[in-house]
Amino acid sequence: MAAVTQTVEHVASLEKYKHGFVTDIEQDFAPKGLSADIVRFISAKKNEPEWMLEWRLGAFERWLAMEEPDWAKVSFPRIDYQDSYYYAAPSKKAGLASLDEVDPDILETYKKLGIPLREQEVLAGVMGAPRYAVDAVFDSVSVVTTFKKELAEVGVIFCSMSEAIREHPELVKQYLGTVVPVSDNYFACLNAAVFSDGSFVYVPPGVRCPMELSTYFRINAENSGQFERTLIIADKGAYVSYLEGCTAPMRDENQLHAAVVELVTLDDAEIKYSTVQNWYPGDPETGKGGIYNFVTKRADCRGDRSKVSWTQVETGSSITWKYPSCVLRGDGSSGEFYSIAITNGRQQADTGTKMIHLGKDTRSRIISKGISAGKSSNTYRGLVSAHPKATGARNFTQCDSLLIGKHSAAHTVPYIEARNGHAKFEHEATTTRLSEDQLFYVMQRGLSQEEAVQLLVNGFVKDVLQELPMEFAVEAQKLVAISLEGSVG
Amino acid sequence: MLTVKDLQATVGDKAILKGLSLDVPAGQVHAIMGPNGAGKSTLSYVLTGREGYAVTGGSATLEGENLLALAADERAARGVFLSFQYPLEIPGVPALTFIRTAMNAQRKARGEAEITAPEFLKLARQKASELKIDFDMLKRALNVGFSGGEKKRMEIFQMAMLSPRFMILDETDSGLDIDALRIVADGVNALRSPDRGMLVITHYQRLLDYIKPDRVHVLAGGRIVASGGPELALELEREGYERYEKAA
Repeated sequence: MAAVTQTVEHVASLEKYKHGFVTDIEQDFAPKGLSADIVRFISAKKNEPEWMLEWRLGAFERWLAMEEPDWAKVSFPRIDYQDSYYYAAPSKKAGLASLDEVDPDILETYKKLGIPLREQEVLAGVMGAPRYAVDAVFDSVSVVTTFKKELAEVGVIFCSMSEAIREHPELVKQYLGTVVPVSDNYFACLNAAVFSDGSFVYVPPGVRCPMELSTYFRINAENSGQFERTLIIADKGAYVSYLEGCTAPMRDENQLHAAVVELVTLDDAEIKYSTVQNWYPGDPETGKGGIYNFVTKRADCRGDRSKVSWTQVETGSSITWKYPSCVLRGDGSSGEFYSIAITNGRQQADTGTKMIHLGKDTRSRIISKGISAGKSSNTYRGLVSAHPKATGARNFTQCDSLLIGKHSAAHTVPYIEARNGHAKFEHEATTTRLSEDQLFYVMQRGLSQEEAVQLLVNGFVKDVLQELPMEFAVEAQKLVAISLEGSVG
Repeated sequence: MLTVKDLQATVGDKAILKGLSLDVPAGQVHAIMGPNGAGKSTLSYVLTGREGYAVTGGSATLEGENLLALAADERAARGVFLSFQYPLEIPGVPALTFIRTAMNAQRKARGEAEITAPEFLKLARQKASELKIDFDMLKRALNVGFSGGEKKRMEIFQMAMLSPRFMILDETDSGLDIDALRIVADGVNALRSPDRGMLVITHYQRLLDYIKPDRVHVLAGGRIVASGGPELALELEREGYERYEKAA
C-alpha cells in the first residue's frame, strides 16, 4: 500500500493547473451586463462600420427571443447573463505597429505560457524546426499577430477579426455567418451579438500556406466572458493548417466562453484545424469555478473534393459543450474528426461531431477517445446523416471510452440517419476500464503508478495524437499526463 | 539471495500464505510445484508487490533488503522480474516502446544513464533473434492480438532485455507447444548465472526437463510442505499432489 500513499502525496504536492496565474494590467471594461447599448459599445470600441453594427444588433434581437438549450448531458446553475462583462481589453491600444508597444506584462504572460510572439524567437529555435505564426488574443482583443508580412507575400491574410472587418470587408461580408447562421443556436447567436475578437484567415487559390497558423486565446479578466469569432477560408486548391490553444487563470466563479468558428473550403481546398483546449477546469474537489466552454464550430465543404479535418484535445473547462462539424456539400468532399476528451475531478463534457453528407460520394471519418476520471462525466454525442442526393456517402465511426477509477461516467449517444439506400455507415464503440491488472503489469516492469497510467492512456489516445502537428503532439501528450495526475489511487 | 521467512498473506479476508519459508541462493534455480489454489500465484504477486495482497506476517528480503517495504516499480528497479502467467495487452504501445520505457525507468531509479537508441536497437535485435521473434512483431502494440505462445515468448524477451537479478516464472510453459517451449527454455537458461536467482512456478514437470532446477519445493495449503532435488518433480509427476494436500 506504500505505493498508493506515496502517489497521493506526490500528486498533492504538484501544481495541478500551471496556467492559473493572473496578469495584473490596466484594462478597459464595458459596463457590466448585456443590452443593445453594450452591443453598440463593443462595436464602437472596435471602430466598426455600420453594417457590422446592424448585424450585431439583429443577432441581439433574435437572441432575446431564444432559450438556453438543455439537451446536453451537463448540469450547471442558471447563468445570469447580466452579471458578466462582455468586453475587457488591455488599456493600451490594440492593433499596434510593433511589439515594443505591447504592454510588457502581456508579453511576459505569453512568455510564461511558452507562446513565441517575437518572430526572431521562433527563428532562433532549433534548426529545421517548423515555424508557426501566432495571433494572440487577450480577453476581448487581439494583441499581436506575427509573420503577417511574410504571409502577405504569398497572398495569405492572417489577422484579427477586428482588423479583417476594417481592412477586408468584402471577404468578411461574403462569408461571415454563412456557415453558422446568426440564430443557429443560443450561444452562437449571443456570440454574433457581442463577439469581441478572433482570427481571420484567407488563403488564395492554389496557395499552400507556408507555415502553421495558430491563435492563442487567454482569458485574464475577472467576471468576463470571451466571445471570439474565427473565420477561415481556403479558396480553390488552397491548403492551411491552423491550431488554437486556450488557457485561463484559476478563479472561483465560472466564466463563459462562447466562441464561433466557421471554416469554408472551396473546390479541392483543405483545412486542418487543431485545438488544444486547456481552460481552467475548476476545483477538482468542489467543482467550484472553471470555464463554461460552449462553442459552435462548423466547416462548410462547399467545393467539390474539398476536405476539412478537425482534431481536438479537450482537457480543460468545467463544462464543455462542443460539436465541431462538417457539412459535406461538394461532391467527393470529405470530413474528419479526431477527438481526445479528458474529464477529471468534477468536469463535465458533452462533445462530438456532426457529419452532414449532402454531396455525392462524400466521405467522413470519426475517431473519438473519451477518458473519464475522478467524479467526472464524459459524453460523446454525434450525428452522421446522408441526405437523399448523397449517394455513395461513406462514414466510419470509432468511439472508445476509457474509465479510470470507480466514480467516473462515460456515455455514447450516436445518431445515424441515412436517407438514401446507397450510403454506407460503420459504427464501432468500446468502453473499457483501466484495469488493476494492466497497471500492475506495467509497474512490475519498473514504471511508477503515475507513469503507468500515462503510458496506458497515451496508448489509448495514440490514433488521435498522431493527427496533430508534430510539435503540438508532444505538448498534447504532456497535457494528457497533467490532466490525469492523481486520477488513480 | 532471496530469503522468505514465515510469510503470511491474505487476499480480501482470506488467508492464502500461511507461514511460507524459502531460501534461493544466488546462482540457483528453484522450482515451486503444487496443486491449484495452493498459493503459487499469490506468492509471485506478494514478492512483486501487487496491491490487494496484504502481508500479515513474516519477511521477504533480496540480498538482505526488505522487499515488502518497496512499491512494485521499486522492486522491479532492484531487479525483480515476474514473467506473468497471463501477460496483459497494452493497446497503442509498441512492444519496443514499452520495453525501452521500462528499461529507462529502471535505470533512472538506479541512478544510471538512459540507454541510447542505437544501443537499445542493437540489443533488441540480438535478443529477438535468439528467441526467434520476428523483429516486426516488436513494432506492434504489446501482446495485442498475440497468441498465447507469442505472449509467453514476449515475456522472456522482456526478461532478456531487462536482465533482472531475480526472476519469477509463473506457469511459463502453459500455452507453449514443444518447439516454443525449447526456445523459451533456451532463453531462460541463457540468463542463468552465478549472481542471479530464479523461481520457476509450474504445475507440470515437463518444463523442468528443459530448465533444470537445483531444488524443488512443494507448495500446498499456503506452506512449503516438502523440498528435495529434481527427483521430487518426477515423483510428483507419477504420484500427484494428493499426499501433500492431505499433509497440508
